[in-house]
Amino acid sequence: MAERVLEVSDLSTHFFTHAGVVKAVNGVSFTLDRGESLGIVGESGSGKTVAALSLMRLIPDPPGKIVAGDIKLKGRDLLAMSEDEMREVRGNDIAMIFQDPMTSLNPVFKIGTQIAEAVTLHQGKSRWEAWKMAAELLEKVGIPDAASRVKQYPFEYSGGMRQRAMIAMAISCNPDILIADEPTTALDVTIQAQIIDVVREMQAQYDSAVILITHDLGVVAQLADKVMVMYGGRTMEYGPVDEVYYDAHQPYTWGLLSSLPRLDAVEKERLTPIKGQPPNLLLLPEGCPFVGRCAYEREQCREKFPDLEIVGPEHGVHCWIPRDERVALRAKLPKFRSGAA
Amino acid sequence: MSDVNLLEVTDLRKYFPIKSGILKRTTGQVYAVDGVSFSIREGETLGLVGESGCGKSTTGRVILRLLPATGGRVVFDGQDVMAAPRAVMQRLRRDMQVVFQDPYASLNPRQRVKDIVGEGLRIHQIGTEAERKKHVFELLETVGLTAEHAERYPHEFSGGQRQRIGVARALALNPRLIVCDEPVSALDVSIQAQMINLLDDLQDEFKLTYLFIAHDLSVVKHISDRVAVMYLGKVVEIATSADLYVRPRHPYTEALLSAVPIPDPHTERSRQRVVLEGDVPSPANPPSGCVFHPRCSRMRPDPCTGEMPPLVSVGDGDHMVACYFPTTYGSKGEAPAAPAGA
Repeated sequence: MAERVLEVSDLSTHFFTHAGVVKAVNGVSFTLDRGESLGIVGESGSGKTVAALSLMRLIPDPPGKIVAGDIKLKGRDLLAMSEDEMREVRGNDIAMIFQDPMTSLNPVFKIGTQIAEAVTLHQGKSRWEAWKMAAELLEKVGIPDAASRVKQYPFEYSGGMRQRAMIAMAISCNPDILIADEPTTALDVTIQAQIIDVVREMQAQYDSAVILITHDLGVVAQLADKVMVMYGGRTMEYGPVDEVYYDAHQPYTWGLLSSLPRLDAVEKERLTPIKGQPPNLLLLPEGCPFVGRCAYEREQCREKFPDLEIVGPEHGVHCWIPRDERVALRAKLPKFRSGAA
Repeated sequence: MSDVNLLEVTDLRKYFPIKSGILKRTTGQVYAVDGVSFSIREGETLGLVGESGCGKSTTGRVILRLLPATGGRVVFDGQDVMAAPRAVMQRLRRDMQVVFQDPYASLNPRQRVKDIVGEGLRIHQIGTEAERKKHVFELLETVGLTAEHAERYPHEFSGGQRQRIGVARALALNPRLIVCDEPVSALDVSIQAQMINLLDDLQDEFKLTYLFIAHDLSVVKHISDRVAVMYLGKVVEIATSADLYVRPRHPYTEALLSAVPIPDPHTERSRQRVVLEGDVPSPANPPSGCVFHPRCSRMRPDPCTGEMPPLVSVGDGDHMVACYFPTTYGSKGEAPAAPAGA
């Protein structure tokens, strides 16, 4: 079995604001093995980015704070590390690619300088060696004419190339975990396809584990081995991609999958949206955050968030509806009627 | 859907000048829209897709005369929009409305919802004050809000609700054509589906014609009767949405379709993907000949670098493509035969 690189249990990150406490991440658990890729999907405000930033210990404090939980990075307790140790971890063990490559690259430094910085810092290489390595890395991620491109500034790069440069920077120290936060959301589809290919190649080459944060269920289907569906700071469903897509057990997962128009749909079918509006994060209910929008809610949903229920191999779900009933309800949905499950 | 064309766009062009130097002299042009032609039938939805910078939004704005055109003609219901004098134009604006992409930027934060939605009614002096108020309430209910919302300000609403307000405003004057400029791209998936269904319902109820501009091909496929694909200011392919998605003929359309991820792991694993290399060239300095030739796998120096291929009919009459070597399909339309130029 592959080495377990990350183990997150019961992580809660809250923000203490003037208006009240925002429970951005609330009791989230997952694991990651070497070479594995996990997709975290959810809509805006579901807590997916805060969960990732918590792994890097990059939550601005105040107002944010990791209030509970445990993060184990290759067996070491990440939350107990000092700031100096953490600086070693960032970039070296865990690296991150952000959504908007323009704001995450420094506009006044050359691309090469920015990549070389991480290399000199973490690997103790000389400036000259690091600079040479920057050019090699750019070539690896598919920047044409890398030897001269390495001397250019971010504004001279297109959006897709900037994202490639970000990836080059992220893989420069051969991290165990690569976190990609909406890496393709700002890009056009044809460029998105290129970037997805690069991420996949780099993952195979460096045997890194990837955490892919996105709202796009298509990208997850393409890139991830397992998926975690988040809503209102909670994990709603978690499991291998095939299990979650074809044997979904959570009404929110059903809703997400049913509300997407499909490119490969043969006939136009009316979409089944999720009713209502996204929840106010300051006023999340005590129980399940999906309450009020869920078509099947019952009394206990408002009172307590349900415990994890294992429904398949490594496939877990949080839902109060009894399993038999869930399967019967799902069979009535147009999306699942065709017998894909 | 009728057979009458409600909107006819012919050879539409919009160039933006590039100014530089202290004298701000024009040193170049951005060819944002460069010879676009299409028509929309009454009651039809035409989807306009393309990547950022391809000129799809500019096309929408020029059609509405929110931007002056550099050249070409736009005819709405027999009336030349570009040449219409002020008074005629004001009348035309009642028939041609718009819903914008960003529901945060397109609503005035200082106005109450009732004033935002009722502004058009007031400008066009329709009905008495009381009638207008009643009409605003009805409009809000039509788009899924309630009369109570009328007194509130935009900041009190979520993104999806704001976009509903934008739709109510567009509907207020009982238009015939609505230009929807990326109306759902700022919304989360669960809200996006609500919006798409609302637009569908409104079309049936009010016999609307849509020009639906978006970059999301799945959404466009879902909502459109016909789809036009734009690349660097030009329409490269136009067809019924059923035909375009099953039998794309332009290499760019094929690449675009194959790049869209499908939320189905089995399908994803078995798909063949055409990944385009490189980036879209700058519209200020478009390539010679066919604008797609630097990224095209079927490119041959002659004729592709010579002149832009014209948009011509292939297959059944409704499918048009601008390519010297379009993909051909067998008579049954199943397996694609080898493209003529590949």
